[in-house]
Amino acid sequence: MNLTALTLALLQLSLYVALAPLLAGWVRKVKARLQNRRGASVLQPYRDIYKLLVKETLVAHTASPLFRAAPYVVFSATWLATSAVPLVSTGLPAAMIADVIVVAGLLALARFFLTLAGMDVGTAFGGMGASREMFISALAEPAMLMAVFTLAMTAHSTNMASVVEYQLAEGTILRPSFLFALSGLILVAIAETGRIPVDNPATHLELTMIHEAMILEYSGRHLALMEWAAQLKLMLYGALIANVFLPWGIAQGSGAGELASGLAAAVVKLGLLGAALAASETALAKMRLFRIPDFLNLALLLALLGLLSYVILEVGA
Amino acid sequence: MSFESLPVLEQLMLAMAAMALFTSFVLLEQERLVAAIHAFAWQGALVSAVTTLVAASSGLRHLYFSALLTFALKALLIPWMLHRLSRRLELDRYAEPLRRPALVTMAAVALVIFSYWLALPIMHENLIFTRNIVAVSLAVVLIGLLMMVVRQQAVAQVLGFMSMENGLFLAAVSATGGMPLLIELGVAFDVLVAMVLFGIFFFHIRESIDSLDVDRLNRLTETEEDTR
Amino acid sequence: MTHTGLNAAALAVALALVSSFVSLFTVWSPRLLRVAAMPLFGLAGLAALAAGLVALAQADVATAELPLGLPWLPWRVRLDALSGFFLCVIGVVSAAVGLYGPGYVRGFESGRDSLPALGGFTGLFLASMLMVTLADDAFFFMVSWEMMSLSSYFLVAFHHDIAANRRAAFMYLLMAHIGGMAILLGFGVLASFGDGLAFDAMRGAEPPFGWASAAFALSFIGFGMKAGLVPLHAWLPEAHPAAPSHISALMSGVMLKVAVYGFIRFFFDLIGQFHWQWGVAVLAVGGVSALAGVLYALMQHDLKRLLAYSSVENIGVIFIALGLAILFLSAGHATLGTVAFAAALYHALNHALFKGLLFFGAGAILHSAHESNLDQMGGLLRRMPWTGYFSLVGCLSISALPPFNGFVSEWLLFQSALQVWRLDSGVLRTLIPISAAALALTGALAAACFVKVYGVAFLGQARSRHVRRARPVPYSMRAGQGMLAVLCLALGVFPATFLGLINAVPQQILGRGLNQTLAGGWLWLTPVRPDVASYSAPLVALTLIMLAGLAVWLLGRRSVFRTRRCDAWDCGFAPPTPRMQYTATAFAQPIRRVFGLLFHIEESVENQDDGKPRHRLDISDRTWGLLYLPVARVVEGAARRISYLQSGNVRVYLGWTLVTLLALLWIVS
Repeated sequence: MNLTALTLALLQLSLYVALAPLLAGWVRKVKARLQNRRGASVLQPYRDIYKLLVKETLVAHTASPLFRAAPYVVFSATWLATSAVPLVSTGLPAAMIADVIVVAGLLALARFFLTLAGMDVGTAFGGMGASREMFISALAEPAMLMAVFTLAMTAHSTNMASVVEYQLAEGTILRPSFLFALSGLILVAIAETGRIPVDNPATHLELTMIHEAMILEYSGRHLALMEWAAQLKLMLYGALIANVFLPWGIAQGSGAGELASGLAAAVVKLGLLGAALAASETALAKMRLFRIPDFLNLALLLALLGLLSYVILEVGA
Repeated sequence: MSFESLPVLEQLMLAMAAMALFTSFVLLEQERLVAAIHAFAWQGALVSAVTTLVAASSGLRHLYFSALLTFALKALLIPWMLHRLSRRLELDRYAEPLRRPALVTMAAVALVIFSYWLALPIMHENLIFTRNIVAVSLAVVLIGLLMMVVRQQAVAQVLGFMSMENGLFLAAVSATGGMPLLIELGVAFDVLVAMVLFGIFFFHIRESIDSLDVDRLNRLTETEEDTR
Repeated sequence: MTHTGLNAAALAVALALVSSFVSLFTVWSPRLLRVAAMPLFGLAGLAALAAGLVALAQADVATAELPLGLPWLPWRVRLDALSGFFLCVIGVVSAAVGLYGPGYVRGFESGRDSLPALGGFTGLFLASMLMVTLADDAFFFMVSWEMMSLSSYFLVAFHHDIAANRRAAFMYLLMAHIGGMAILLGFGVLASFGDGLAFDAMRGAEPPFGWASAAFALSFIGFGMKAGLVPLHAWLPEAHPAAPSHISALMSGVMLKVAVYGFIRFFFDLIGQFHWQWGVAVLAVGGVSALAGVLYALMQHDLKRLLAYSSVENIGVIFIALGLAILFLSAGHATLGTVAFAAALYHALNHALFKGLLFFGAGAILHSAHESNLDQMGGLLRRMPWTGYFSLVGCLSISALPPFNGFVSEWLLFQSALQVWRLDSGVLRTLIPISAAALALTGALAAACFVKVYGVAFLGQARSRHVRRARPVPYSMRAGQGMLAVLCLALGVFPATFLGLINAVPQQILGRGLNQTLAGGWLWLTPVRPDVASYSAPLVALTLIMLAGLAVWLLGRRSVFRTRRCDAWDCGFAPPTPRMQYTATAFAQPIRRVFGLLFHIEESVENQDDGKPRHRLDISDRTWGLLYLPVARVVEGAARRISYLQSGNVRVYLGWTLVTLLALLWIVS
């Protein structure tokens, strides 16, 4: 691994962790504007994280050492997973050590510790959040894997940088399998990142919270890490959808000019995706928990149709 | 030959055919009647779009008329009639929950795979590339029949029947470049007449047995089993 | 040199038999069990591990003939790479049991249970399993197989004063014998084509497709029944919890793998032909077992029963991998078949390790809190920290999370399934991704299951008094758990090294090794090609540690901002009691509601006489009603009809004798 590759890797790592709160702030701002409010500034999440970092951290009497270790594990696993997705350039060493299945595995590791942390304090909220979270993720996994399969069958690779380069080399093509896989993946992304209509990231009502229920006991720097990890996860899915399905603009080398234009393209695409997310959150209402299997079955159906269209329609006579 | 080497028109054709398959899944699973009628309208629109593209890429002029006819009939007129019918039968907000949706979806997917397997021998012959769409249209037909089996409401059964006809039309267009125009017109007017008759029928059924649940049509037997 | 491996294996068998013999003396001195018998058992395991490693390293075949058996059918012994691999699996878990055992059996010394039986049959069990792996002819194989079933029967019936255990043991014995008969018939088919019971003769036989399918079906039923495939799995969740915990670890971790070994030996080595129909059958049965196993596991609240059902799931995963291997090999893609085969073997090893670890944890909880019901546990991480952390490693490994070993075998399996685009058949190209999606569902449900187990048992607050007073377990038990936990981590972080060690197995059986997968050296796993898929487990683990360390260094060391302890959030009402926590049943309720059709659920809320309502929830296996009870009814009906022959009347018996005599005379004439 030479110096440029290492610098690129570090650059990507720090870009992700620095820009994730900005994306979350942007979504909140667009949502506020759509709801006829002024909304907080897009930099508000940074201020929130700083505020949490300097606040006192409270730990319940009944918590075990796992409670204190979990935020660090969740944060680093999500950060590592995010860094494997190409953001500004496809010439990454990180993409070599982790393909898309490893990314899913790292996210599952983060989720495991998050749910354990929820159950650690011994309250009903944590158990409820943990149970619902594992339920939703169990149903979302097959849909996500199907979408990945469709991609991998077309591009013959699970390495995300290879898939992006394959897409760029093909030119503009109207593949029905990709359209279906994209729709399926968007629905899965909404479920996994806990946005409306699956989960409301701004609620603390017992009947409606899933992610918030698991981190209810956290405060101070622990809460800052958990929130930051959730923002990183949103950015991961955004970058995955933006760069794998709509790869135009991403750099393929490591020259400074290429990187700058790749960054600009990434920012524009993520901005558009964030605005679309905000619009859908404003237009839809949160579903009750037992409607979520229908939602995820739709995602699975779309991904399955993507696979079937690939096999039936695209493999040639 | 792979997907990338096809001209844009034909790629678009395949995309539209795949979306038509998706609409038949939506028709199958949709609980609310009005939404199902809209899905059927979209299916008709997609089928007529495929017809237009086939006309454009193969140069068969009469297909443009077919496409226009299909669009007017299947995407505009018949959905409007069904909409009006459901309003008069007071079924506007009717929603019939599907029993065992997972099983129904799995059966539909199995039908798609089965029709793909059936169409494989055709696909090996070196004719127009649109043979791939034959599998999809066969799947649409079978899923329409499955819809008629699974759904209890009479209007939903009509939708299933109509979507079968959509599938057959798609198969004809893609495999043989459409039927002769005279037959097209005849079939289209047959469908229209069938729609009108269905409408009249439904009123009669509802008056006889006070419901549009086709399972209850067995009340019309002469024997005394009316202990429902 | 070629005999070093065989000598080590013979030493292992001898040590196991000596351990069994020594246990007979525990009648007079109970201490002998943990001072002599268990350490000898552990040494036997180490010897088996050494024999296996030698066989894998040398990658050639050593055979010998024993002066036992019948004069014209001497017992043949063979140590090749496949036997060597499974010897390693048996050996490593047995060595861990040897470490764990002394602490655990101490609890039996003052009880009424028979110590000679425990030690004696344990040693016999290990010896018979080793002999099964070494057998080179059908006679020796079946004798060792029988011994394995019988000795484990006595171990399952160890606590025979409980009626449920007696029933479980009887069912286990019954099904083991039915399976054994199927295997024997399978050997019979091959032997008739190969002229002899020796495996070498069977290898050379070329049965036609129909007979080969019959042999395949018989061996699949027989070995599948022992491995615990659905629907022949019903004995597993009854028998494994009934045995003492270190035996459950051996049964779940090792005996099921011996059944997998039997299947691989019979099918990949002796039959040697590959047809796609067989591959689809194995894939389908494996997929159903995996999904059903994990769903049933989610519904359990008894910890050992849950672990038993989870074994059903993992065996299903192994058979999914084997089915994929058969499909690829039948289509001529040898490299991909090898990757799937290696994934199956690696998962077998991984499962032995993490299931053993989890059963050790369950045994530790049983030893110190005398509790096996999850709904009574809680907060054990703070009472038993070592057990808690080692069990955390076990739960992480079984949920297939990086950087542990379960993830590597699932990753390899997904990668080989993704290569399905190379197959010609379009139908297979749709069915295999669908089964891969089912596998993903299984993996996610397994993670949910083990979040439930760990969260309810080790975290939160204790739900009963005896669990609140649980004490840490003895050092020997911690050592056994620690050994397996370290191995789980090692196999997860250095998969290329370990896969290189087992490279000899596909080389010998399939004729092709994992050269492409291991082409990247110890750092990379690259099935097919580096740009197709690559995973660097050591780098991922290292980066994870570095990032976590960075976060801790930047944020965690602030001594100025010390953490303060306080009460948990209670919405302003009274402080939360342990009864307000989620129970295991409550945790799985959403999943039970969605997948409810697969189970036979009876739920009722009754008003009792004293006015308090009582909630009853009964979840049982549907295969009982669909398969076992009808078969039992048919057998009973047939038996009743045949019993009319025994009317008790002397003249009727004489009449039967007359009829038989007449028939024989007629035939002879």
